[in-house]
Amino acid sequence: MIRTENITKTFGSNEVLKGITTEFYAGKPNLIIGSSGAGKTVLLKLLIGLFTPTSGKVFYGDTDLYALNPKELRVIRMKVGMLFQGNALFDSMTVGENIRFPMDMFTKMTAQEKRKRVDECLEMVNMEGINDRFPSEVSGGMQKRVGIARAMVLEPEYLFCDEPNSGLDPQTSILIDELICDLTNRNNITTVINTHDMNSVMGIGDNIILLKNGLIAWHGNKSQVLESDNQVLEDFIFASPFLRRLRADALKQRSNG
Amino acid sequence: MLLEKIFYSVGRYFLLLKSAVARPERFSMYYKETMRQMDAIGVGSVFIVILISVFIGMVTAVQFADQLGDSFVPSYYIGYIVRDITIIEMAPTITCLVLAGKVGSNLAAEIGGMRQKEHIDAMEIMGVNTAAYLIMPKIVAAVIVIPLLVAISAFISIIGGYIATVLPGTISHTEYVLGLRSFFVPRYVFMMFVKASVFAFLLTSVSCYLGYYVKGGSIELGQASTNAVVISNVLILLFDFIIALLLT
Repeated sequence: MIRTENITKTFGSNEVLKGITTEFYAGKPNLIIGSSGAGKTVLLKLLIGLFTPTSGKVFYGDTDLYALNPKELRVIRMKVGMLFQGNALFDSMTVGENIRFPMDMFTKMTAQEKRKRVDECLEMVNMEGINDRFPSEVSGGMQKRVGIARAMVLEPEYLFCDEPNSGLDPQTSILIDELICDLTNRNNITTVINTHDMNSVMGIGDNIILLKNGLIAWHGNKSQVLESDNQVLEDFIFASPFLRRLRADALKQRSNG
Repeated sequence: MLLEKIFYSVGRYFLLLKSAVARPERFSMYYKETMRQMDAIGVGSVFIVILISVFIGMVTAVQFADQLGDSFVPSYYIGYIVRDITIIEMAPTITCLVLAGKVGSNLAAEIGGMRQKEHIDAMEIMGVNTAAYLIMPKIVAAVIVIPLLVAISAFISIIGGYIATVLPGTISHTEYVLGLRSFFVPRYVFMMFVKASVFAFLLTSVSCYLGYYVKGGSIELGQASTNAVVISNVLILLFDFIIALLLT
């Protein structure tokens, strides 16, 4: 579990986060949602330690992330996997080498063990047989899967996904969501997903935090979204007239029995 | 304001170097990366170094032959002057100025590109000490390979001087070789390697620093790459003067 205590972050005179206190649970996808500029990516980067908070604390279990020295921080980070918005796959390495990189760096596994683990990870994301291809030779959706495979290779306890559906078609988006959800449940990982994809919210949102202007505007899960009368949530989720109409119809049908 | 910016940058540069000097997570990975960089910096620069060195030697010899003219200075001095100017100044300085343009801009663009594509963040999150993994192998490779390139440059320059003066008949083969063998001071070779090592360290560390902290988009990456060349060149000339003061 990851817990934040009154996290704030200021860039110059711009206060991006104004005091975030929340929890991200193990074994279920935790979603951070909000419109552009709400502070989602900043919060995610604070959770991983890529930014330092202006004030407040982040706890991994009982460990205060920002009280650690660089060496201890690297030990925590070895338990973390991350899927980047742009995938961040190393262009000069093949898919297989990308996935193998964390093992090369941190384990004493033999070449055969590494090869086996790479194959397992690719199989896990349904991408068998593309070890020798370069990232530029596979599609965006495949790159996302390779990114997930690389994030999962050292069996992390924490998985962070920065907009995993961006730039993908709805069908592939759903597949990626299902994959992340499945890995989270199966391995009891604390997964934090930063998204503004509505399919993700309604599909895998077991714990949803809605940010607006650097504050938590709403906190709940996917089953509470439809019933909520929170105006910020309504404005964000049902931004399009089409979705508003669908929601109105659904609520009308429900009230009619 | 400018002074504050300079102090800030210098402080951050030394802090980055401090983080780069760390125990490798896995020695074999650093070794592999160092070998790759030695190939890129060394083998990749041999041709350009040979090319400029031939011309350095030729120009030095032709200019000096012209200066001597009909004076009483013996003509074999051409070989002697070409050798010493090349070893003391031309080979280390000109070669490193050229390498600052070729290697420095390349390193700044490579690391800057990795920063922009979040590769550095990805490595950080994996637990890699990116300052050490991305910078130290480049510095080590450069400090090993660039002095070798400078030695090649000195050798080729002397051959260039020979081509420009002996082949057209300005002086004889015997005179040129006599000049090369006269008044040799081994300390100058030591000075050449000191200069080459210091310049190699400067041009790689400064270029890596500028790439590592690049922010923004392609324009900023281009600026970082240009600054890497400009700042490296200025520092090379500054330290050329300092080393000359200290070692002569």
